[in-house]
Amino acid sequence: MWGILRQRGIDGGGLSLRRTRSASVSARSYAAGSKEMTVRDALNSAIDEEMSADPKVFVMGEEVGQYQGAYKITKGLLEKYGPERVYDTPITEAGFTGIGVGAAYAGLKPVVEFMTFNFSMQAIDHIINSAAKSNYMSAGQINVPIVFRGPNGAAAGVGAQHSQCYAAWYASVPGLKVLAPYSAEDARGLLKAAIRDPDPVVFLENELLYGESFPISEEALDSSFCLPIGKAKIERQGKDVTIVTFSKMVGFALKAAEKLAEEGISAEVINLRSIRPLDRATINASVRKTSRLVTVEEGFPQHGVCAEICASVVEESFSYLDAPVERIAGADVPMPYAANLERLALPQVEDIVRAAKRACYRSK
Amino acid sequence: MSLSRLSSRSNLIPRPLSAAISRLISTDTTPITIETSLPFTAHLCDPPSRSVESSTQELLTFFRTMALMRRMEIAADSLYKAKLIRGFCHLYDGQEAVAIGMEAAITRKDAIITAYRDHCIFLGRGGSLYEVFAELMGRRDGCSRGKGGSMHFYKKDASFYGGHGIVGAQVPLGCGIAFAQKYDKEEAVTFAMYGDGAANQGQLFEALNISALWDLPSILVCENNHYGMGTAEWRAAKSPSYYKRGDYVPGLKVDGMDAFAVKQACKFAKEHALKNGPIILEMDTYRYHGHSMSDPGSTYRTRDEISGVRQERDPIERIKKLVLSHDIATEKELKDMEKEIRKEVDDAIAKAKDCPMPEPSELFTNVYVKGFGTESFGPDRKEVKAALP
Repeated sequence: MWGILRQRGIDGGGLSLRRTRSASVSARSYAAGSKEMTVRDALNSAIDEEMSADPKVFVMGEEVGQYQGAYKITKGLLEKYGPERVYDTPITEAGFTGIGVGAAYAGLKPVVEFMTFNFSMQAIDHIINSAAKSNYMSAGQINVPIVFRGPNGAAAGVGAQHSQCYAAWYASVPGLKVLAPYSAEDARGLLKAAIRDPDPVVFLENELLYGESFPISEEALDSSFCLPIGKAKIERQGKDVTIVTFSKMVGFALKAAEKLAEEGISAEVINLRSIRPLDRATINASVRKTSRLVTVEEGFPQHGVCAEICASVVEESFSYLDAPVERIAGADVPMPYAANLERLALPQVEDIVRAAKRACYRSK
Repeated sequence: MSLSRLSSRSNLIPRPLSAAISRLISTDTTPITIETSLPFTAHLCDPPSRSVESSTQELLTFFRTMALMRRMEIAADSLYKAKLIRGFCHLYDGQEAVAIGMEAAITRKDAIITAYRDHCIFLGRGGSLYEVFAELMGRRDGCSRGKGGSMHFYKKDASFYGGHGIVGAQVPLGCGIAFAQKYDKEEAVTFAMYGDGAANQGQLFEALNISALWDLPSILVCENNHYGMGTAEWRAAKSPSYYKRGDYVPGLKVDGMDAFAVKQACKFAKEHALKNGPIILEMDTYRYHGHSMSDPGSTYRTRDEISGVRQERDPIERIKKLVLSHDIATEKELKDMEKEIRKEVDDAIAKAKDCPMPEPSELFTNVYVKGFGTESFGPDRKEVKAALP
């Protein structure tokens, strides 16, 4: 309908609250003394602190102990806490996940690692039927304070069986909480909150983010730091279009927002942080402000997280929408191996930019 | 000896009792030694003695409790046929000796977890008849407030962890509870019960492997009633010697229709598990009903087989014979006890029938312990919404 006329330049009050570092750009323009932390170190420190604070917390999974963690997330924990707190399991997901859930029934606080969430499918009955539903079926007698964590979604060149995103599957289940950190601060705050939470939490990390560094505040480094579960974060304020996403795609969305800004479109980027509970209030408030929605996820498009967000916005903010809702998701195919095909199977920054422009009724 | 000692073990003996029965249960604690009907068969261990220490008190308790369990299950059958119980209903009549023998050997700190044939285990752990019937009929005073149903009874304060509908899942869960008991240095064990049908589940062997590696105090109890739903054991298992299936894990085959054999085996298993890690107990038992109320139970086995077991091996009849032969009670006294039990069950059912169904708001409770006020929705999300506390 109407084109959007915006002045070029930066809207002083609405720029991103935190500049995040892209892998290719080494921006050193931070205030003197500000710290940085990799997502890996953030996760490691979170687990470490929670184990230190609560003797009921223990870690379990394949290679988490002697190997120092398949992705080194649990590095040093065996040496620090000993084999009574850090357990290397055989490659038997159904068995060890069931054991973890049973331990949680009896009052312990297991942190169960899946080497990737693809392997969680071997244990999915325990996650859903034994963990998620127990508090309800027992009318509150049996709660399950367990965390299932590990890398989720696509890595690089690992093929179809190792690249699936499970956010939509787990987030559809009442009784589970599903979190997806992006930055180091997200990783620390959300994992600490997850470990302290009395309900089962599925904690979806991303392998490609483990090595990325993010600035981290003093507050976030404190051992009492926790982020609220169920609250999304507005990573970048904007007024023309709302881009909602989670995990690695937040970085892509922020890059897309930079590109859009160059073309006079001010994008608001929301980092979900929590897939379940979903922060519908923040999403809808944003769309009511911008009138346009672009949702982004890495996972399969049908029945995905984006579908839920789009439905929610259409239901609750219909009269505020000035354009159809947009979904950018992984291709509707199993993940191919060849690098060019893999790139075609995953959302790229240009896809997000294109969708945002479509929502703004801007031609290429 | 006062009644209170018994009551602290189980609330299955209600007050008031007939004078004759109270006399019997409360005053006579003469020790008795009972020989198990069959020897134990052992795998990788030395079987326990066939001589079981018991008492007149225990014999009567066994009789009474098993008769109560039997009556409860039969009453549930009628309620199901009257459509007051819906969905699935898996009855335990015939297998009572396993539940009662186990309880006699352990404490309430030892944990039990089982599958869906859980009504009598729940009762044995101290649950009440009223809670059972209310839950079966989906009423608010049910042990799971009407939200679980037949397959989801729990009693955490008595270390009973359910009540599970997915065949085999309860075994790793039970090993996890044992893990927690060891972690917390509780000197307690977990009995993870499963059937001959579940015995072939892969996750069972995964859990057993980990239990053996980590020396967990898990006791896997295979209630072999010889049929996994409609499939006889020889059609489902290449090796139906379930007590041997643990390979490197010791096992014991037990006459599951003999409450004393069960008691002895469980006592033995507890001592073993606390010192040496996991052990398997195979209880050779039988269910009179079909797999569930939808299964007549006679298409895959003969009526002669069923009545044969009832005549030769019924666990309650066995105890009754022992009670009579040891002159602990007369036939009439036992009949009076059975009448009392029938009345107790009928009263509980009547009370449960009067209990209201859960409030509609209960649809949205207990989804989470901490819901953060998050929204949940009914079928029409614009019509029915709730904030989860």
